[in-house]
Amino acid sequence: MATSSSSTLTAREQSVRVRLMPFIDRYGVLLVVVGMVLIGYALEPKVFLSFLNISNIMNQIAFNALLALGVFVVIITAGIDLSVGSILVLSMMSMALMAHPEKIPAWVPDNVRMALSSVLPAPWYVLIFVPPIIGVLCGMINGWGLTKLRLPHPFIMTLGTLNIFRGVSNLISGGVPISDLPDQVRWAGYEKIAITPDIDIPASMLVLIVTFGLMSLFLNHTRIGRHIYAIGGNPQAAKVSGINVDRTLVVVYALCGLLAGMAGLLLAGRTNSGFPNAGLGQELDAISAVIIGGASFFGGRGNVLGVFAGALVIGIMRNLLNLRDVPVFWQQILIGVIIILVVYFDVLRRKAGSGRES
Amino acid sequence: MNQTSSTSIAALEARGISKYFGAVTALEDVNLHVMPGEVLGVVGDNGAGKSTLMKVLSGLHSASKGQLFVGGQEVHFSGPRAARDRGIEMVYQDLALAGNLRIDENIFLGREQLRGGIFINHNANMRKAQEHLDKLKIHVKSVSQRVEELSGGQRQAVAIARATAFDAKVVIMDEPTAALAIKEVRKVLDLIKDLKNHGVSVILISHRMDDIFYVCDRVMALFRGRNFAEAPLTQTDRNEVIGWIMGNKNQTSETSESHDLN
Repeated sequence: MATSSSSTLTAREQSVRVRLMPFIDRYGVLLVVVGMVLIGYALEPKVFLSFLNISNIMNQIAFNALLALGVFVVIITAGIDLSVGSILVLSMMSMALMAHPEKIPAWVPDNVRMALSSVLPAPWYVLIFVPPIIGVLCGMINGWGLTKLRLPHPFIMTLGTLNIFRGVSNLISGGVPISDLPDQVRWAGYEKIAITPDIDIPASMLVLIVTFGLMSLFLNHTRIGRHIYAIGGNPQAAKVSGINVDRTLVVVYALCGLLAGMAGLLLAGRTNSGFPNAGLGQELDAISAVIIGGASFFGGRGNVLGVFAGALVIGIMRNLLNLRDVPVFWQQILIGVIIILVVYFDVLRRKAGSGRES
Repeated sequence: MNQTSSTSIAALEARGISKYFGAVTALEDVNLHVMPGEVLGVVGDNGAGKSTLMKVLSGLHSASKGQLFVGGQEVHFSGPRAARDRGIEMVYQDLALAGNLRIDENIFLGREQLRGGIFINHNANMRKAQEHLDKLKIHVKSVSQRVEELSGGQRQAVAIARATAFDAKVVIMDEPTAALAIKEVRKVLDLIKDLKNHGVSVILISHRMDDIFYVCDRVMALFRGRNFAEAPLTQTDRNEVIGWIMGNKNQTSETSESHDLN
């Protein structure tokens, strides 16, 4: 009797688990977001869900979300890109410098300076393409380096370029901030779009939605997108299926660089400057968002929506702690705790999953 | 010199293949051929060069010396894709499946059907995958399952389905039954017989004499990277083949040896 009733129970449990698991697998982090919104509303009922605060959160997470999206594509392939913060600053400083040739540092030879100042300052429609292009170039250097030099792990190549890109950025700018950019260049990071006379949304939010939507389309519905997942799942399978793994990896890192460049454009727009400490340590926030969003360091797992939710979790938490006047140091501690908890839940979930299989 | 008989042309033939990895000789002057609809068993001890030879045949390695012929035409494979385009497919020992992708995505990996030239036509791929699995009498709950959710035998079946999805002429299988439960072995072997009945040639690498003697028409042995012996299955027996693997030849195999190693 006891055995039969317990076995039917497990059967029912299992069927619930089978149906629930894929859902939690895909959207678990959204539940975390909903939970945080409820907590936020309970703690700060007047402010938290106000339109101003929401648009504030969106504006603040925008550039981290873009960085995270790029890092996510890299992490799908079981790689890592530590250099995104440095790509961000290099792309931002390059643009600021091209808007302000008078800030070119003294070590640059006079004839080069003369040549540059004849074409600079560049008009806004040139400037706006500078960060994405610099980003793609930096990403291609990463991708090319780690595939051609056969370094043991992308960690090494991008740890190197983390230093190199930031060094170059300081070198060309003399390590000082350069402010004042044309309004058109600042649009994506600064402007607000009026939907009704009362409601306007930040342009950065629009950029985010469009970029995330396009990325989702790319990853799920194009050949190269699926090949990126295949490389993360089993690089050998990808290779023997005739996929050019090295070339795909270069595309992946270039894409990550492109998004870091776009994040640089957004941040420059928001702050109306290029400043040498931009993006310092930001790669870790980006990686945190990706991992909280359900991607795996072993590659092949996760989706775009999860990345957005991961960035949102960090953003909402920062916002809440700021609203409650909690010191910034606690924010660091809490982000750390959340990362560990989220991955621990993932471990538990996998254990349950493998138990079901055997 | 009856490598290519006058009546029919080998589906795949390798002549004088040598492969060197630096100072190491993996293969030396190896010949192999398989006729259309024939199942050729390849045996040999670990390190005899079986896997290296198969990787040369499937385009993953290029030979240091020697020639390859598909249907009597000389070919040069620049990579696995070139071999697949010629109808030479390989089922790897570790299956080479991406566990995080769906069954249909694995079957069509690298050869997805597109819609409008840009986007993958997932519906068409799923339907085609289902049709192909039905044709091979492979049963899965749904082609939209991820491969990591499947049993070992089902994974093997998916790997074979992938190898045969595009008019394969020759399917090379490296130890397809080594990691399977006993009840699943028979299914895979019957699948091989099915392929043969469809006119597909199969090259089967196996340590298991049961497998070899259940499905093969002919068996050849490699020893230390060279051809060692070869015979139609009707003219040999288990003990002799096991002897070949260990590098022993008795009198009964003498005739087939002189016939094949000329």
